[in-house]
Amino acid sequence: MSVQERRPRPSGKRVDLTDAAADLLRRLTGQHGPLMFHQSGGCCDGSSPMCYPLGEFRTGRADAHVGDLTVDGVDEPIPVWMSASQFEYWRHTHLTIDVVPGRGSGFSVEAPEGVRFLVRSRLFTDDELSELDDV
Amino acid sequence: MARYAAPGEPGSIVTFQPRYDHFIGGEYVPPAKGQYFENPTPVTGGTFTEIARGTAEDVDRAVAAAEGAAAAWGRTSPAERAGVLNKIADRIEQNLEAIAVAESWENGKPVRETLAADIPLAVDHFRYFAGAIRAQEGSISQIDADTVAYHFHEPLGVVAQIIPWNFPILMATWKLAPALAAGNTVVLKPAEQTPASIHVLLDLIADLVPPGVLNVVNGFGVEAGKPLAQHPQVRKVAFTGETTTGRLIMQYASENIIPVTLELGGKSPNIFFADVADSRDDFYDKAQEGFAMFALNQGEVCTCPSRALIQSSIYSTFMPDAIARVERIKQGHPLDTDTMIGAQASNDQFEKILSYIDIGQKEGAKILTGGERADLGGELSGGYYIRPTVFEGHNKMRIFQEEIFGPVVSVTRFDDYADAIKIANDTLYGLGAGVWSRDGNTAYRAGREIQAGRVWTNCFHAYPAHAAFGGYKQSGMGRENHKMMLDHYQQTKNLLVSYSQNAQGFF
Repeated sequence: MSVQERRPRPSGKRVDLTDAAADLLRRLTGQHGPLMFHQSGGCCDGSSPMCYPLGEFRTGRADAHVGDLTVDGVDEPIPVWMSASQFEYWRHTHLTIDVVPGRGSGFSVEAPEGVRFLVRSRLFTDDELSELDDV
Repeated sequence: MARYAAPGEPGSIVTFQPRYDHFIGGEYVPPAKGQYFENPTPVTGGTFTEIARGTAEDVDRAVAAAEGAAAAWGRTSPAERAGVLNKIADRIEQNLEAIAVAESWENGKPVRETLAADIPLAVDHFRYFAGAIRAQEGSISQIDADTVAYHFHEPLGVVAQIIPWNFPILMATWKLAPALAAGNTVVLKPAEQTPASIHVLLDLIADLVPPGVLNVVNGFGVEAGKPLAQHPQVRKVAFTGETTTGRLIMQYASENIIPVTLELGGKSPNIFFADVADSRDDFYDKAQEGFAMFALNQGEVCTCPSRALIQSSIYSTFMPDAIARVERIKQGHPLDTDTMIGAQASNDQFEKILSYIDIGQKEGAKILTGGERADLGGELSGGYYIRPTVFEGHNKMRIFQEEIFGPVVSVTRFDDYADAIKIANDTLYGLGAGVWSRDGNTAYRAGREIQAGRVWTNCFHAYPAHAAFGGYKQSGMGRENHKMMLDHYQQTKNLLVSYSQNAQGFF
């Protein structure tokens, strides 16, 4: 993948995606319908964004809605969730969902494609932090 | 130093088949949709076999086979089942070296470890549960002079087991041995990153187990794991993996009202109290080794001691010794018997670890050693190697709060006992912990106050079959190992019996 393809796209506040991730999400939406992410914690395939058909994973009071991803060619924004307790440790970082070659990811839908979603992170600047809404 | 020949090379002591199908009803059957996926070794990145890409149709077939075998297997005597488990253990032991090489090639871990730990522990685990089921007893409660409550253990039926990739054979054994001992039949799904070594094991033990009692369906989580976890005829799901999938499995289990056992990882604190440095003796050396344990199995252990908490008064002397110890860890070809740390299990795991090394630096943590990929040259350049990495920072940083699942430890200091416990418990997880002190009282109190299921005290990374293992907090529910595991795979049947001739007196 070229540097160009990996460049974060300007969308969303707390969470963005790379062009490569957007391409994959367009394809996966074609196969599975509307999608969602839930960022996992812990263990083998963990600390990774899990991608499911929208509504497959039941979110509730224990979860934080971190943001929505806008993908050209996909009708509805793709929501990104994380457990609220985990979010407390993540809230100072900006997330970019990328994709790398790989295999295996719990029940996430991209694995059979031979790829794996991956979160890349950076610290928010002070200016950005002051503009963020509370989640 | 000795180097085992790689599978596929002349002189190798183990040969993988070019292709593995599903093992259902005592025989290998091709996948319903006819698809396969490539299985690479993390040692070089090269593909060495291909694996059936299972789907719901294959899962249905496997569950049906397990269901068909459940009644007869559940009626066998404990002695008979123990006999099968002991024979499995003997067969593994007789082929230990070949299985160890297969496991190393499959996962990337050093053969030194599979020879000394993974496979011998698997042997012991089968023997332990063979013994435990022989010794298990029901109970009798005397309700009154003429009324007795009998409690019997009965198997659940068909259980689903979803296995992680970090110890493919040992983790399969942790789940298989108690389930089979308790009289259940099993549909097991290996991790898609490490689906092949379990078949090397199966080739050796298949003749020992009645058809349908043990079934293996390969494939991806979304295509094979999910229909297995959702299957209405499955009476229990056991899963080792991460939190989001764990929640999803609980969600599916709620649809069928079945129990789950979940082992979901951790961020284990490893606490070194000042008195460990009172003398530069054998105990100090042991504690230093305990610090370096984060690199065991390339850090791909749910209980990796990935947060080291060092008392401030010894920090400036303890850490240079610890860094020197870490830098002596020998990284190399996993099939070299001197190699202590091998390859990360997959490319995506490798990338994820590098992404954490990146965010750790962005958050201001300081790299004391490592912090980069290791290019070991030659054919190993295609593999996934990372230098053992020590970060210095504070407990609010993400590298202190998230399971990196790599050879990365995040180090911070604490002032006193209360500070140590506060930092140790400031985590979402509670699977493992380590406490190091020469003072038994300090070690005991700390061990009881840390919210974790396993507190290694003056040791780390020991996994005997007779010690319960499992998590507090978001590290999961249920336990593995120990005879209590039999309960996790059994129903309780109560016969409430009256020996009285007289009416009960209601009507």
